[in-house]
Amino acid sequence: MHEFSIASAVVDTAVKHAAGRRVTVVSLRCGRLRQVVPDALDFAFGIVARETVCEGARLDQELVAAQLRCDACDRGWEIEVPAFRCPTCGTADVAVLSGEELEVESIEVSETEEAGCTV
Amino acid sequence: MHRVRVRVVEDALDANATIARANRADFDRHGVAVLNVMSAPGAGKTTLLERLLRDGLGDLRVGVLEGDVEGSLDADRLAHLHVPVTQLNTGSGFGGECHLDANMVRSALPSVPLEDLDLLIVENVGNLVCPAEFRLGEDARIMVSSVTEGDDKPGKYPLMFRACELVVVNKIDLLEHVDFSMERFDGFLDTVHPGVERLRVSARTGEGLDALRDWLVALPDRAAAPA
Repeated sequence: MHEFSIASAVVDTAVKHAAGRRVTVVSLRCGRLRQVVPDALDFAFGIVARETVCEGARLDQELVAAQLRCDACDRGWEIEVPAFRCPTCGTADVAVLSGEELEVESIEVSETEEAGCTV
Repeated sequence: MHRVRVRVVEDALDANATIARANRADFDRHGVAVLNVMSAPGAGKTTLLERLLRDGLGDLRVGVLEGDVEGSLDADRLAHLHVPVTQLNTGSGFGGECHLDANMVRSALPSVPLEDLDLLIVENVGNLVCPAEFRLGEDARIMVSSVTEGDDKPGKYPLMFRACELVVVNKIDLLEHVDFSMERFDGFLDTVHPGVERLRVSARTGEGLDALRDWLVALPDRAAAPA
């Protein structure tokens, strides 16, 4: 259910950068560790975007893999499940290199040109 | 009409983080350490606070910020404990936010007597997902999990169990009545948040509360120490 909170934060960020222009696409980089359900986020986005410049916009979600590195033995690996102990040396000195992103990477906005020039 | 791509590259939670930093600056200026207490609904956060505050936390002057979707039932329960309690409702009419965010806390700060406090305990809305995403400007976060919720919770809600400095397992007085394996719980916890501090308590019988009290009493000093 946190998809609604996240969708609100995404819409707010997009609205801020749109500076009044209509938004057609919002591109989001979402880390695996965020445990976001893409369909649920898409659904929430559609609702939260209503009556904002993001209404009707498409949400493009890029899922970012969760990459860890062990500070003790320097091994790097990707996790599919939330297990944060080094599989080689067993220590917990593990750094999260990626997977925690929740980043609005870009937005696509439509700009209305001078009257007569609309294509 | 033509379309233009605008590069943004901004964390969607930046706005919350900015307000959380402003809260933190206010807390620091008043020398108040802040604790964010999170759990599922019914894990016993309020009972735990009631018990701890009834007997006091050493010489600390403690205040509570009660986050609830609706009503003031929890704040009412704490009212007789002679600590300043501020109710913060996230709802407006029907429904409401399922978590506290930095802005909600900020809006409540004028009602919190920061100058009279050493420790502000923020009781978050009971929820096992959303509170993990929103920093409030706190120094530490506690995750309360009760044995009646089952021993698999760290595995199912890793975000919450990772976003805390202390895990408190509550209701251990009920262990003999429920299918809860502490070993299994610890196993899940060690997988998602290896080495995180943990305490086992019963808010009802008081078992284990001395250790939790010690942890809380030490928090302001830990918070003031340079990282």
